[in-house]
Amino acid sequence: MLSFFTKSRIRGGVHAESYKELTASDEIVTNFPLPKTLYIPLQQHVGKPAEPLIRVGDKVLKGQLLAYSQGMISAPVHAPSSGIILDVNDYPAPHPSALPIRMMVLETDGLDEWFTSPVVDDPFQLSPEDISLRVGAAGIVGLGGATFPTAVKLNMGRENKIDTLIINGAECEPYLSCDDRLMQERAEQIIDGVRLMLHGMESDHAVVAIEDNKPQAFYAMQKAARPYSVIKVIQIPTRYPMGWDRQLIRYVTGREVPVGCRSSEIGVTIHNVGTAHAVHKALRYGQALVNRVLTVSGGAVGRPMNVEVPLGTLISEVFAFCEVKSEQTARIIMGGPMMGESLPHTCLPTVKATSGLLALTESELKSNDVHPCIRCAACVTVCPAGLRPLDMANNIRMNQLDAAVDLGLKDCISCGCCSYICPSNIPLVQYFKYASGEVVARQQAQHKSEQTKRLMDDRNARLERIAKQQEEEEKARIAAKVERERLKAEQAAQEVSV
Amino acid sequence: MMVNMKPRSGAHIGAKASVSHIMWQVMLALTPATVFGLWLFGWPAINLFIVTVLSAIFFEAVCIRLQGRPVKPVIMDGSALLTAWLLAMTLPPWAPWWIGVVGSGLAIILGKQVYGGLGQNLFNPAMIARVALLISFPIEMTTWANVSPLFFSNSPGLIESWHITFAGLDNLDASTGATILGYVKTEFSQNHLLATSLKEYSGLLNFIGWARGSLGETSVILLVLGGVWLMRQGIIQWYIPVSLLGTVFLLASIFHVLDDQHYLSPLMHLGSGGVILVAFFIATDYVTSPNTPTGQVVFGAGCGLLIFVIRTWGAYPEGSGFAVLLMNSATPLIDYYIRPRIYGRDRQGKPLEIPKS
Repeated sequence: MLSFFTKSRIRGGVHAESYKELTASDEIVTNFPLPKTLYIPLQQHVGKPAEPLIRVGDKVLKGQLLAYSQGMISAPVHAPSSGIILDVNDYPAPHPSALPIRMMVLETDGLDEWFTSPVVDDPFQLSPEDISLRVGAAGIVGLGGATFPTAVKLNMGRENKIDTLIINGAECEPYLSCDDRLMQERAEQIIDGVRLMLHGMESDHAVVAIEDNKPQAFYAMQKAARPYSVIKVIQIPTRYPMGWDRQLIRYVTGREVPVGCRSSEIGVTIHNVGTAHAVHKALRYGQALVNRVLTVSGGAVGRPMNVEVPLGTLISEVFAFCEVKSEQTARIIMGGPMMGESLPHTCLPTVKATSGLLALTESELKSNDVHPCIRCAACVTVCPAGLRPLDMANNIRMNQLDAAVDLGLKDCISCGCCSYICPSNIPLVQYFKYASGEVVARQQAQHKSEQTKRLMDDRNARLERIAKQQEEEEKARIAAKVERERLKAEQAAQEVSV
Repeated sequence: MMVNMKPRSGAHIGAKASVSHIMWQVMLALTPATVFGLWLFGWPAINLFIVTVLSAIFFEAVCIRLQGRPVKPVIMDGSALLTAWLLAMTLPPWAPWWIGVVGSGLAIILGKQVYGGLGQNLFNPAMIARVALLISFPIEMTTWANVSPLFFSNSPGLIESWHITFAGLDNLDASTGATILGYVKTEFSQNHLLATSLKEYSGLLNFIGWARGSLGETSVILLVLGGVWLMRQGIIQWYIPVSLLGTVFLLASIFHVLDDQHYLSPLMHLGSGGVILVAFFIATDYVTSPNTPTGQVVFGAGCGLLIFVIRTWGAYPEGSGFAVLLMNSATPLIDYYIRPRIYGRDRQGKPLEIPKS
């Protein structure tokens, strides 16, 4: 075990001011008033959107299946409270574009009446496949923000016979403390979830990794994990982005995930602490994933807190509860301040990915005053992926996207370290996101033009072939006619001679 | 609640450092050595320093005006001021005013603005100016004033200093001499070995900075102090200074051990000329040095090697400026070949193999 401390290596990263103290010392608020209306997107996960099962006007209970998963990678969506489905239609998505996506609108009846699926007394008696099925049916996705369907990950872990399950309790994003509070307050449930996951993946070694700026969470988790020798709780250095799965895997196991591979292919799977907690609730109580703990923080928030809200609650209602001062709010962010997305307004629902909602004041934001690059190479130093952001940005600015791709554009994880550190305030990540989108668009355009060209070529070939065929038929017809006339003439000649 | 409609990607928060903050920190680190240099060489040095800095700001303002950009924010970023400051520190302290003006013009216009301004130049502007001046005006650029601190009885007063700076030095031999590196070189040409030529040399005085030399390069101790402080502030990294000084030290040690009559000792190398100033403040210039740690070590070692070679076998007694410029030209090449390894890929950029277990 000593070897993993000597082998492990952290690359890049920044020491950001954490601002976690705004919310980390108070208990999770659980008395959030039930909203009158919930907007439940049918896609809250990576993969295909869920397909609606309930019709407008149907009455549903809390936790009842609203839309089922379709395809290999997808997740179902459940009713976050009891009530009546008012509408299934397109509403603005919690995304920087706020473009409409399909959502179900639920009018709550205030009873908050649960619909729980049947549970077994001892879930450890279930087969590992059954664990995956139940986790999948509960709509559980990675709650760290990636929202990859957890059941798919459990299956991959089992198929690849992983040797280590890492539970990500790093929570390296500044401001966020929901995982910290969850670990402090619900350590035993999380550890139970971890054990269930181990069972589901037929693995017998789990490491819970917690950044060393959360000693209380560490002690709580260590205490809860003490009876189980298969679970080891460790402290890791506080350094953003320690919670990047691949950085954490390298730190904990010394292994590096090759580009284009899933971590399970090298024997490791990583899940968030919140996910483990959701697994516990699904298997012990038959409760689907219908609410989550999120951090509401930032300089413009009057009552910063960690609060458990039903999925589909409008951000405006969360902000009203937390007394956000709109006149001071310069930017609304979903997620953390490093990788989170800025939102144009607050009439957008919270979703499974919403680990935090920040209302930041102008003074907290990175300045927009862009200066020329002085090649200080701070971005190279902090890049955890080993890229050279300054050169990539230069190429993108000159519209040389291929050169940027050669420099590793596709290996960028948008962690934001380069933008954070840049003394010239160059929005590097914005360049990379733009370029990545543009590269895909160009590839699609090229693909399309190639397809069009192929169709044209096919058509030309076909027309040519038809013309040739017609020509040949014509020739044959003429030949036949000539033949016929010849025969006729011969016949006539014979008749004459006879 | 509607807020900012323009979507922005992360990071939404940022480190507090800014370009001007970095420039001011570097200037702060230069201050002790500069103040010492100005005191050591008196009023004419102060005149030269002021003339150089003011003319650099003037040239920068003219260039920015010609580009049709607002002048004030560019001046306030401090880059022109820092360039001129560094240039002034490498000039002979009693050089006439036009050396400062021409030097600033070369540095700002030819060294920086014609490339496209801040961050675009291939060569260090201060070194471009210094080397161009050295080649064009060898007499003025190798006339080294004697140590004549402010308010000492035999030092020039304020009025006299104006005469020195703006009209020229009358009595050259009485008030000037050679730097130790230049002196040793001249002695070699007369077949005097080190044992005789270094009879009056004091390592300690040289270390403090009580010696002839460029305006701000003489005090080893104050320059090192400033440089180490910059490292602690995280403005510069150790890679370039350590590899540069280490290379000079190593090469000088080897040759000095082999032949101590023809090759200066490593401590004399480090204590004389501009090598310390260059190692901490000039070779570490962000714009013109490589941007990976390994690349910076190669760059620093290259500078060190060239400095030693030029000093030992070249025609000039001091080679720091040339060495930096030569290595500047190699920077794009170093950056092309020395790249960080991307996570999950090998050095060639191919995905790693999945280890067989």
